Amino acid sequence: MTEVTLNRVVKRYGKHEAVHGVDLKIHDGEFLVLVGPSGCGKSTTLRMIAGLEDISDGEISIGNRIVNELPPRERNISMVFQNYALYPHMTVCENLGFTLRIAKQPEAEIEKAVKKAAGILGLDGLLERKPSELSGGERQRVAMGRAIVRRPDVFLFDEPLSNLDAKLRTQMRVEIKKLHHRVGNTIIYVTHDQVEAMTLADRIVLMRDGHIVQVGTPMELFNNPVNTFSATFIGSPPMNLIDGVVTDVGTIILRNSLTVPIPAVARKQVVSGQQVQFGFRADNLMPIGHAVEEPGELANLELPVSLTEPLGTETLLFAELAGQEVQAKMLNPRPVQPGETIAFHLVLNKCHVFDAGNGKALRD
Amino acid sequence: MAKHLRVFRHSPEHRKKGTMRRRLPEWFVLLLPAFIIMAAVVLIPLVFSLYSSFTPYKLTRPSTLWRWIGTANYEKILTDVKFWAAFGRTILFLTIALNLELLFGLLIALMVNKVTLGQRTIRTILMFPMMFSPILVGFQFKFIFNDNIGLANNALQALGISDAAMPWLVDGKLAMFSIIFAEVWMSTSVFAVLILAGLFAIPRDPLEAAKVDGCTAWQTFRHITLPFLMPFIFIAMTIRSLDVARAYDIVQIMTGGGPAGRTELIWTLMSRTGYVDARMGLANAMGYVSILLSIAFTVYFFKKLSAARSELGFGDKI
Repeated sequence: MTEVTLNRVVKRYGKHEAVHGVDLKIHDGEFLVLVGPSGCGKSTTLRMIAGLEDISDGEISIGNRIVNELPPRERNISMVFQNYALYPHMTVCENLGFTLRIAKQPEAEIEKAVKKAAGILGLDGLLERKPSELSGGERQRVAMGRAIVRRPDVFLFDEPLSNLDAKLRTQMRVEIKKLHHRVGNTIIYVTHDQVEAMTLADRIVLMRDGHIVQVGTPMELFNNPVNTFSATFIGSPPMNLIDGVVTDVGTIILRNSLTVPIPAVARKQVVSGQQVQFGFRADNLMPIGHAVEEPGELANLELPVSLTEPLGTETLLFAELAGQEVQAKMLNPRPVQPGETIAFHLVLNKCHVFDAGNGKALRD
Repeated sequence: MAKHLRVFRHSPEHRKKGTMRRRLPEWFVLLLPAFIIMAAVVLIPLVFSLYSSFTPYKLTRPSTLWRWIGTANYEKILTDVKFWAAFGRTILFLTIALNLELLFGLLIALMVNKVTLGQRTIRTILMFPMMFSPILVGFQFKFIFNDNIGLANNALQALGISDAAMPWLVDGKLAMFSIIFAEVWMSTSVFAVLILAGLFAIPRDPLEAAKVDGCTAWQTFRHITLPFLMPFIFIAMTIRSLDVARAYDIVQIMTGGGPAGRTELIWTLMSRTGYVDARMGLANAMGYVSILLSIAFTVYFFKKLSAARSELGFGDKI
């Protein structure tokens, strides 16, 4: 059982506090993704778990050992770095076996472990090469192989795909997920890319400014964002947010006196006259006739379209609603002229209401 | 530019006027000033000294310059015990001084690299020994190692370590030690500064990966830091080997090659032969033999440098 527990973990650089008392419990075998914009403290948190940064306050334990005072080498972790961090003067084979050689394992053992890791990651033909003779994707695979060979309690990934091009990134994402299925270890993975977070994670930890904003499964974060930050960070395109005011007749009045009914889940949470932001995803604003027909309350809207982004199976439409730009999705797309006015269906029971002041979701 | 000129030369208009006079190629004209300067300051002295090494040229009798004696000077050198003693001593001096400088330089650089506060100041202070003229350093250490009034003996006696006046610059072995000490004092910072630059250039990731992979501080240094530093070490070695191989000033000031020739290095011997004995032809011949030493060291260290760089995947050749 290798659980990782963070208990009020704080990181200070001089007077500046970068991570403010993070509490987190990572289960055995879980794939946990720390995601957030740059400077949110996700990498710092990971590096504290690795032991590469001192912990200013609080406690980190791996398994049932408190590791605050342990150097990285005694934590039995493996880490994959953004820049691969291969040893340039060693061949792939030596890179893979380095950790075992340092631990003075017998040569036969090392060879076996290296062969096995090379097999898993498809590095068999590359064992005699130097890192400088490898492509980016191959280097990243070597870095992952090096992590496997160590047979750690926990894998730590620090933005491992950021240096790869888009196509390779998608491919490596799949390989990482397969690797997790195969070895089943606890993985803590840091990224700023919400797509990586959504696709890989068992659970996502969304961070901002050194605080945890929301923890949950990818679908929880997608369907029930706790605030506007979560709503706009997770999901692509980001959630549309429209300013409005709650009326006393169960509606929200938007800027150009357009009204929409308050979604059922938010009805008890709002008071008349409250300034709110009305939120919905592009997936829930679709042209009539080009939508997935869903049961539930629908609102009809006629909106002028200013721009289109064809993606093949769907087209993103940029339309104007209450003086603000919103994005809608069109399935089975037909050509749309800029300036054309189109009739949309808005799925009301999939809409969100956020407090305009603190951005918090208003939901039962 | 070149293209433009060529077009002009072959233009029909040009041909019509009948000015098909051959002109020097423009690349040659452009390079000519450099050629002239190089010839004046390098080539001519080089050829002259090479020629004079085949004559019994004496500064006091210029007419000797025109007497060709073939390889007589070189034959003389090959059998000259004094020359080969100085040659061997120079290699010994070079080896000991360079290794000590490397060792101390590495230690200093590693320590300075750990300093977080006031590192710039320390780096500046490190350079101080390099700012002194070697002649002054020679005088300074000549005083320090003076057997009667020197600091070294004074300190030894005051601390009760030794009663006797150590003959630092008089005893052959001690004199060699003293000269090496002065040399190391003056030039260790060259290694320290270059190695420090190397330490700054090491990417952070492999060091962190090594820590996570289970390396102790020593193992990290041995397996990661050192291979990264090797190119810098060999650059320092190349520069310093050329420098030390022509060591002259410190030795000349501190011992003058004495006592009884026991600290005589190639260059002190050469200058004595050329200027004191005025046998410039012979001295030049010595110079050409000793150049072999410098070339050998340079080639050796450059090969090592190349190897160290390709180890790190920085391309094969420089």
